[in-house]
Amino acid sequence: MPAVQETVEQVRAIDVDQYKYGFSTDIEMELAPKGLSEDIVRYISARKNEPAWMLEWRLDAYRRWLTMREPDWARVDYPQIDFQDMYYYAAPKSNAAPKSLDEIDPAILETYKKLGIPLREQEILAGVAPENRIAVDAVFDSVSVVTTFKEELKKSGVIFSSISEALHEHPELVRKYIGSVVPTTDNYYATLNAAVFSDGSFVYIPPGVRCPMELSTYFRINEQKTGQFERTLIIADKGSYVSYLEGCTAPMRDENQLHAAVVELIAHDDAEIKYSTVQNWYPGDSQGKGGIYNFVTKRGDCRGARSKISWTQVETGSAITWKYPSCILRGDDSQGEFYSIAVSNGAQQVDSGTKMIHLGKNTRSRIISKGISAGRSQNTYRGLVSAHRRATNAKNFTNCDSLLIGNACGAHTVPYIESKTASAVFEHEATTSKVSEDQMFYCMQRGLTQEEAIALIVNGFVKDVLQQLPMEFMVEAQKLIAISLEGSVG
Amino acid sequence: MSLLEIKNLTAKLAEEDKQILNGLNLTVEKGQVAAIMGPNGSGKSTLSYVLAGREDYEVTNGEALLDGENILELSPDERAAKGLFLAFQYPIEIPGVGQMTFLKAALNAQRRKNGLDDMPTPEFMKLVNGRAKELGISQDMLRRSVNVGFSGGEKKRNEILQMALLQPKLAILDETDSGLDIDALKIVADGVNAMRSPDRGFVVITHYQRLLDYIKPDVVHVLSAGRIIKTGGPELALELEAKGYADIVGKAA
Repeated sequence: MPAVQETVEQVRAIDVDQYKYGFSTDIEMELAPKGLSEDIVRYISARKNEPAWMLEWRLDAYRRWLTMREPDWARVDYPQIDFQDMYYYAAPKSNAAPKSLDEIDPAILETYKKLGIPLREQEILAGVAPENRIAVDAVFDSVSVVTTFKEELKKSGVIFSSISEALHEHPELVRKYIGSVVPTTDNYYATLNAAVFSDGSFVYIPPGVRCPMELSTYFRINEQKTGQFERTLIIADKGSYVSYLEGCTAPMRDENQLHAAVVELIAHDDAEIKYSTVQNWYPGDSQGKGGIYNFVTKRGDCRGARSKISWTQVETGSAITWKYPSCILRGDDSQGEFYSIAVSNGAQQVDSGTKMIHLGKNTRSRIISKGISAGRSQNTYRGLVSAHRRATNAKNFTNCDSLLIGNACGAHTVPYIESKTASAVFEHEATTSKVSEDQMFYCMQRGLTQEEAIALIVNGFVKDVLQQLPMEFMVEAQKLIAISLEGSVG
Repeated sequence: MSLLEIKNLTAKLAEEDKQILNGLNLTVEKGQVAAIMGPNGSGKSTLSYVLAGREDYEVTNGEALLDGENILELSPDERAAKGLFLAFQYPIEIPGVGQMTFLKAALNAQRRKNGLDDMPTPEFMKLVNGRAKELGISQDMLRRSVNVGFSGGEKKRNEILQMALLQPKLAILDETDSGLDIDALKIVADGVNAMRSPDRGFVVITHYQRLLDYIKPDVVHVLSAGRIIKTGGPELALELEAKGYADIVGKAA
């Protein structure tokens, strides 16, 4: 597999501890006043020219948030976050309302180009077969700067835009679905997000339509002391299909930055949503200084019969990861899947997993989780599989494997299984293993360097999950895993 | 210049004090097949691990020259790229890593260290398929993960396949005959014999004479308590088979 070779070259090309996406872009930004208050919520809503109901929705959430307490049950440890010491809105000044790519600040285009995400359609089109095209929504700090291939998607009735834009062009759809999967009351960070979310992507696939290309959002945090609170809403109407990718990076900064996103997916009868994430937020340095706090709520609602939602995630970045992409299996015969690779190195902390909530009859779910811990990191899988009384014949298969590299890291598995129906069949398998010295020696005796050997062994360990990723992301993910594990031995 | 020259080598397990190799001297010439025989615990496997650079062992004295260069300071992968190959007594399983992926990664890693470009995939495929066929390795085996679910014989044949691909200068076979039935032994021996050449040397470590019926050694060394205590021709192996080690070991002590 040539990807292994590429992985290895990539590793060789860069120094230990070097985060490839750590540069920052120097452009003029418009910032809201620092701190959080009702005025800030109003400010954000006003900047986006939102309808009155949206502002009310936000304010309700904000007032509720004031009464909530930060959750402390996750196996992560960090100093108290000062919510008043951060900016809740940061937008490139020049980006008042760009009508086309020509009006976007060239510095932003350059940033995305450097990240390997070309935004100019003609650049994307060069040498790419139509079926391999990817439409991108690029979110820079608090705002979406551009969405590509919108016109082409429109021909098949697909709506793909920033959520701000959707609020103006399709308010009825947004109003109908927003908060219907993750209510504003859901949890501390989701409630905060509801109050201050600034942008994100909106996707609607009409009945019977198979989305003609992959959709993706690329999130970039650039500004200092800024939180990113985006909200993504994807609706797959009856019998439709969409595959969606999400990527994220941030500059290297000494401070911790908060990313508290909400993703809601809705699949109607016979619809399928495949949601893939390659998360590569800045993880902090090897001593644990800086990095992103990634506190994210992602949930899919298999609302219709025979619907299917599949989450695939490759998590390599962030100082702290706290996220549980989940499926509510409401429709009869609906299916949920969760495929995860979580890599932690240095001083990273990961508490991640999924919830599969079986409500409908004959619902099925599948969980494959691969955790890799290196350095001094702690990596926890936390998952819930539950079956409601009426969820007869619910089936789940869970497989959680942990791989340890070195002696200073930890892997933890915390599964919760609750069944209220006797006809449910839940299977759980878990293993914990170490990259053995025998394996390392064997590979090295055949000519592989220590880092090549680790990359090879780990890529073998995560193969089942990598295969779930769309082709272009699979190679990317392999490289990322190898880079994340640099300096993990020796 | 000799292919391999080991001078006064002493080594121990890194975590223990007991010396396992005690001033070992050994020379292997180009084109030679040298058999090393000896009782359990005499240091046969330790010798192969120390030469290949396993971390658990600490060299406390002496040197080992491959083509005149002391290799004991090199990392295992550097030694491999210099042409040292170890066929493992117990080949290691690597779940999820396909055989082809592994073989290609190893071959190209060595090529790059030697200043060569990666081998183009079609050429690589042709090469592997050719060698595999000679060794009776099925396409199905090539599609599986490295050594996972292989029988003892399959694992050993797989080691020989790797050797045939990597074309080492010096191949050390550590008890390659253990766990093999007679048919598998013949296949493995044929694979080794096919690779004998005037430029290449072999160190064949074994307990039993049986393997040496199929891989004819040029010279036989007897290892005991971490030193070579006797050297002779192929007839020495037959003598050991008949009389056991006690006699020779007793005389040397």
